[in-house]
Amino acid sequence: MIGRIGRKGISFVSELGELTIFGASSLGSLFRQRHTFEKLTRSIYEIGVRCIPITLIVGLFTGLVLGLQLYYVLTKFSSESLLGQAVALSIIMEIGPVFTAIMIVGQAGSALSAEIGIQRNAEQIDALQTMNINPLAFLVSPRLYAALICFPILTAFFDIVGIYGGHLTGVSMLGVDQGAYWSRIYEAVSVKNVMDGFYKALTFGLLTTVICAFQGYYTHTKASIPGARGVSQTTTRAVVLSSIAILSSDYLLTSFLLEK
Amino acid sequence: MSDAFLQLRGLSKRFGPQVILDTIDLDIPLNSHTTVIGRSGIGKSVLLKCISGLLKPEAGTIRLSNSTKSIPQCAYMFQQNALFDSLNVFENIALPLREKEKISASQLSEQVNRLIDQLDLQNAASKYPAEISGGMKKRVALARALITNPEIILFDEPTTGLDPERKFSVFDMIRNYRQKFGFTVLMVSHDVPEVFGITDQVAWLDAGKIKYWGPPKELIESPPVELEGFLNPKLSTDKPAA
Repeated sequence: MIGRIGRKGISFVSELGELTIFGASSLGSLFRQRHTFEKLTRSIYEIGVRCIPITLIVGLFTGLVLGLQLYYVLTKFSSESLLGQAVALSIIMEIGPVFTAIMIVGQAGSALSAEIGIQRNAEQIDALQTMNINPLAFLVSPRLYAALICFPILTAFFDIVGIYGGHLTGVSMLGVDQGAYWSRIYEAVSVKNVMDGFYKALTFGLLTTVICAFQGYYTHTKASIPGARGVSQTTTRAVVLSSIAILSSDYLLTSFLLEK
Repeated sequence: MSDAFLQLRGLSKRFGPQVILDTIDLDIPLNSHTTVIGRSGIGKSVLLKCISGLLKPEAGTIRLSNSTKSIPQCAYMFQQNALFDSLNVFENIALPLREKEKISASQLSEQVNRLIDQLDLQNAASKYPAEISGGMKKRVALARALITNPEIILFDEPTTGLDPERKFSVFDMIRNYRQKFGFTVLMVSHDVPEVFGITDQVAWLDAGKIKYWGPPKELIESPPVELEGFLNPKLSTDKPAA
């Protein structure tokens, strides 16, 4: 029993080490290749532009629901004028970065993991190596930098649409004063709050992209079954591990950032 | 052998307790065609992957000598071609040059188009791998291997999954382009005795060792006793049970 726990522990630490080396190698290899800008632009389109619709839709509905829920809580204390502040701070500091990251993982992260996994099975990664092309630089690095650019931008989109969603429910439907809604936001939200949200988004972008790419890249060793089922297994694992990484790192970051 | 282009000395590779390659010595002459034959799962592809650097051997040396270039180049043709689905034929062929060489777009285009013409791929240049036939994919993979002007090409079972007619056309393609471009071939194949028609030497890999190395003619005329069953499986299965 103790031996099994020990083996699991060693395996976990070993995988964490591999993941860290994988992430660091990918980060360091972007500018050691040619046509960097072109690859980065394509990755920004894949991760950023294609995730805009889902981010806006989820952001809007999150704001709508949040406006509704918080209104009913705040009316119990006759504080409905604080709705703008409550919606904005919840979205900017917490819900925006977390939900945006989960949405991007669902759309772009799973696609990244599956694509690299299929490339591994089709020997395309081996082919890159025999052509003396660094596979991490070619396949992972542009996506990693694109994620670092896109996660904060998409989070900003989510925040704006979410706050507007809260406005739709609170002001347009439930009759909260429009001036009070916006002035409370203006008074309560500081630049630090916004920056804290962006720090979270950057962290989530880094963690999830490395996890998804790592699972795909090592699908031949990580999956218990080879072939298509193996890719499906590692893609699922990539999404699950990324979601866990988002929520656990969110807790750590929030503890750290609120202390400051 | 002093005139060997590719020299393997004491090459060993194991996966866990299983020994795949056991102190292999092999000499590949320049501009020759050598075929490694042997049973499935015996380690033929592992041998090629060790030579190409995809796998690291536990022991032994791999040396490219008598090279006509300062940096000898080695290209690899994969069983399933390993073409990039998201790139068209032109882009697939251009990939190694585009990523590694500092050449202008016009020079790149000129070199790729020349290969496209030489390998009769003019009509497929803008198509994606999913849109072309199996034979064309082989030619595209060969063009991608040839674009860096390699001195040796490693072919990993190039006829896997092909019908007999296509098999011969792939062998013809390898023979013709080897004559045309003058590269050395090291090939892994199951297609015995068909492959004997295009190869200069045969290396028989069994139980981790090279048990025969020489011209195919000798192998056909007087095969070693232990190879008879492999070359003509019917002979061994026709024998009455003891």
